[in-house]
Amino acid sequence: MNTECPECGAAVAFDEAPMAGEIIECEECGVELEVTAVNPLAIAVAPEVEEDWGE
Amino acid sequence: MKIALLHSRIRMEEKLLVKAIENSGVEFDLIDMRQVHFDLENPDPWRQYDVIMERCVSHSQAMAALQIFNMWGIPTVNNYDVGMICGDKIHTSLALMMAGVPTPSVRVATSQDMALEAIGEMGYPAVLKPATGSWGRLLARVDDENSAEAIIEHKMTLGSYQHSIIYAQEYIDKPQRDIRTFVVGDECICGIMRESEHWITNTARGGKASNCPVTPELAKISVDAAQAVGGGVLAIDVMETPEGGLTVNEVNYTMEFKNSIAPTGVDIPAKMIEYVISVGESNK
Repeated sequence: MNTECPECGAAVAFDEAPMAGEIIECEECGVELEVTAVNPLAIAVAPEVEEDWGE
Repeated sequence: MKIALLHSRIRMEEKLLVKAIENSGVEFDLIDMRQVHFDLENPDPWRQYDVIMERCVSHSQAMAALQIFNMWGIPTVNNYDVGMICGDKIHTSLALMMAGVPTPSVRVATSQDMALEAIGEMGYPAVLKPATGSWGRLLARVDDENSAEAIIEHKMTLGSYQHSIIYAQEYIDKPQRDIRTFVVGDECICGIMRESEHWITNTARGGKASNCPVTPELAKISVDAAQAVGGGVLAIDVMETPEGGLTVNEVNYTMEFKNSIAPTGVDIPAKMIEYVISVGESNK
């Protein structure tokens, strides 16, 4: 499954079937991307880390 | 038996948990917290779940959901009270202290003068931490009053309102490492050593993980800490003191574990899901 990085336009490929909500890093520009839908596949720049995020 | 896994962003941990649920054969739904809304007068759509596992990366979103589910009587892992305690370092310290679990001294103040007086009494160095926060962010080791004064002024001036509550923790002069243990129910299932040349040893900050054998002493302090905050599926951050003892630094209620499976050889997500299923079964 392939798509394009919305930040730099580089090809983004998935080895396994992606999951909605999954975070990946663009290998070209390094931006964090979030899979927003899988059918059809859509990705967007992931939200910035918020202050209350963590474990 | 039906489980819901409530999430926001899908980290490696959530993918591993999904695989573990699939391997268990239990029916489940993945629910993105950002894609749902709650009618507080109508819990029926959620009653199809025997247990809900909460894995949101946002503490405040997690608390909103857990509050609703638990008020409706729907069991969650972890539950709201545990999240409240672990998500607030003041609350965590109090829970550990009241349960008699070794933990560093803490002073809390709401003004610069009182914070400096409190840290001065406790002694330098000290560690200033946001009461809410994770991944080792915005921690400040202050070695003297000048640096404490500067950091506190910056927090008071530039930080959000939460930063006006000054949480100052005794600095533990630990080796270049700390310990993270994983507690599931009443068992400490494994532990890792996190080594770093930096005094902040979180793996999120580059600390390197290796297996840490779970000694009876380490198992006891870990399980005691987990029970002090209410129990469940928890990661305990433990430090070694210069005197040779152990002290509990923090307890994490939505633990990350991807870097800990290989060094420990323990299938952490499988153990977590076993526990979640047991909570769901006890609800039937």
